[in-house]
Amino acid sequence: MKTDYTRPLDLKHGHIDMNHGGGGRAMQQLIRELFAKHLGNDLLAQGNDGTVLPVQPGRLVMSTDSHVITPLFFPGGDIGALAVHGTVNDVAVMGATPLWLSAGFILEEGFPLADLERIVQSMAAAAHGAGVQIVTGDTQVVERGKADGVFITTTGVGVLLDGVNLSGAHARPGDAVLISGTIGDHGMAIMSQRENLQFAAPIVSDSAALNGLTAALIASGTELRLMRDPTRGGLAATLNEIAQQSRCGMTLMEAAIPIQPAVEGACELLGLDPLNIANEGKLIVVCAAASAEATLQTLRAHPLGRNAAQIGSITDDPHHFVQMQTRFGGRRMVDWLSGEPLPRIC
Amino acid sequence: MKFVDEFRDGALAQGIARAIHAEAQPHRRYAFMEFCGGHTHAIARYGIPDLLPAHVRMIHGPGCPVCVLPIGRIDLAIYLAVKRGVILCTYGDTLRVPASDGLSLLRAKAQGGDIRMIYSPEDALRIARDNPKREVVLFAIGFETTTPPTAVALMGAEREGLDNFSVLCCHVLTPAAIAHILDSPEVRDLGLVSLDGFIGPAHVSTIIGSQPYEFFAEEYRKPVVIAGFEPLDVMQAILMLVRQVNAGRFAVENEFTRAVSRAGNRRAQALVVECFELRKHFEWRGLGEVPYSALKIRERFARFDAEARFDLAYQPAPDHKACACGAILRGVKQPIDCTLFGTICTPDTPMGSCMVSSEGACAAHYTYGRHRSPA
Ligand code: SF4
Repeated sequence: MKTDYTRPLDLKHGHIDMNHGGGGRAMQQLIRELFAKHLGNDLLAQGNDGTVLPVQPGRLVMSTDSHVITPLFFPGGDIGALAVHGTVNDVAVMGATPLWLSAGFILEEGFPLADLERIVQSMAAAAHGAGVQIVTGDTQVVERGKADGVFITTTGVGVLLDGVNLSGAHARPGDAVLISGTIGDHGMAIMSQRENLQFAAPIVSDSAALNGLTAALIASGTELRLMRDPTRGGLAATLNEIAQQSRCGMTLMEAAIPIQPAVEGACELLGLDPLNIANEGKLIVVCAAASAEATLQTLRAHPLGRNAAQIGSITDDPHHFVQMQTRFGGRRMVDWLSGEPLPRIC
Repeated sequence: MKFVDEFRDGALAQGIARAIHAEAQPHRRYAFMEFCGGHTHAIARYGIPDLLPAHVRMIHGPGCPVCVLPIGRIDLAIYLAVKRGVILCTYGDTLRVPASDGLSLLRAKAQGGDIRMIYSPEDALRIARDNPKREVVLFAIGFETTTPPTAVALMGAEREGLDNFSVLCCHVLTPAAIAHILDSPEVRDLGLVSLDGFIGPAHVSTIIGSQPYEFFAEEYRKPVVIAGFEPLDVMQAILMLVRQVNAGRFAVENEFTRAVSRAGNRRAQALVVECFELRKHFEWRGLGEVPYSALKIRERFARFDAEARFDLAYQPAPDHKACACGAILRGVKQPIDCTLFGTICTPDTPMGSCMVSSEGACAAHYTYGRHRSPA
């Protein structure tokens, strides 16, 4: 009898069952044969309850994000890549260099191991692409029906050099507002998948790690006030947050806001405003007006910023309104959306 | 990217705006009602009021299908989902509409009601096929545009013998509501509101055609211009209305000839006639009881009529006392005249129908136009 033999996980046809969360051998095997296999690195390999990390000069930035999404796989990405990009971006927009992530998984009983492996592989690729390591993790299994396939929470830690000091409260009247590319791609990619809407060309999510782009901006030495990634709630929510935090107003030029025709068409069809639709690989930059041109050049020189544009400027406004000059010549408010974007009928 | 088009749109709009400024006579006031929520939305979203002279005013009409749905009807839908355990299929924008007892379909869903968002009645049929052991009810709302798809679903259910499917029919009719507004004492007798013409609906008119409006033009001596939903369409329609008023004419004109004919879509009309008949009364949120303004399911399809099937009795439920929606929908008041506007009543906490959907007059003003009258 071979005592040290365990039959390998059936990654093709197997499923998550309650044993995989039980803390016993089945869980160890799942970690070894699936998670460690793809995510492995020296730090993760320490194998203790906590991971010991070398302290860097500068200050630490930390951010966390939970990811739940239907469908789990979509054009341009999946929940795994999204969980890495989302947290990397939250650290990066602070001007920091993201270094380490933790990953917590909540798995639903019955979830196919093949899908889980695909997701973990995708996380590994995304982490590698962004130059970060996943250094600690956890899995829990819940009964069928108590989760939707898989939920992933990631926490990121990065290092912020002294002298870099960005904040949503730093915008000043006269500053320029820039965006790194087209808006609404992620949200509409998800929505068209979820509701099986057939558009001529599939809309692809913009899910991407922005730390390369943010590092280029920091290195360029332009006079940055703040960076943000407009995820849930879209451009409208993020710009309103900035206006509130900085106690200022904003005027946008609708005609300058980059948007793909397919996204615009899909929004039109569903009665949605692209300004409210989520992005997962776009950067909003507010910088001094004098730096606007240089900042734009830096953005456009990077593959993720090719379609970058100045979309507006900061104004002095006691009401902290975000307003927009429509491409039609009129003016309107750009407001937060109440709740999730819901399609209109008519 | 299509920046070129967008600038061209803007330049065209400026051209039409110049014509409106030149032709609107300074001693006159022009008040036009856009009936349809789609137009209300376009006007607010593109900032069209900024392009108009001060004496050309737009009044937002009752043509937002979600806004005019009375609370009592949503209560029925919630009752079906929560108390009778049906799968309730609804369009997305109906989910947030406030109903009685602080509920909405969204809240009822959170409390365990099986409420599912659909994009077309076909989705509801599919859900019924997939869940043969459950009752599946389509919460059918909207104007003439959404009625033919409901008719198609009823016929499909009959053909397939889908015995677990039924429809809670709340379809309403555009011409009846326009007539109701024109007949209101403020407009007709008291002359409190000057209403100089209408922009006729875009999508609705593709179905019913331009003919039904000829009656208003003649009987009430009001010009009607049917327009598409693009902001340029709206601008062009306003110019055409100004010209009719100046010339003392009251005709039905069609700016939207690319989609609307005089007779409309005969096939769709025939489908609707086959499945539905007129209701004697129907309550509209904001307007109250409007005679012959809604549809009910014909006897032939009675087994698919949720009202009969679940023995539902309609209970009207009043709006907040201070809500001025009714007056706003008739053009007597503007959103900022309501004491609740922007404080107690916001899109996050709507107290009345006009704040419910982004097509409603109050919500459109709050979301897009608040900068014109900041508190
Ligand atoms: S602001 Fe609210 S309460 Fe007032 S009229 Fe509008 S919807 Fe009704």
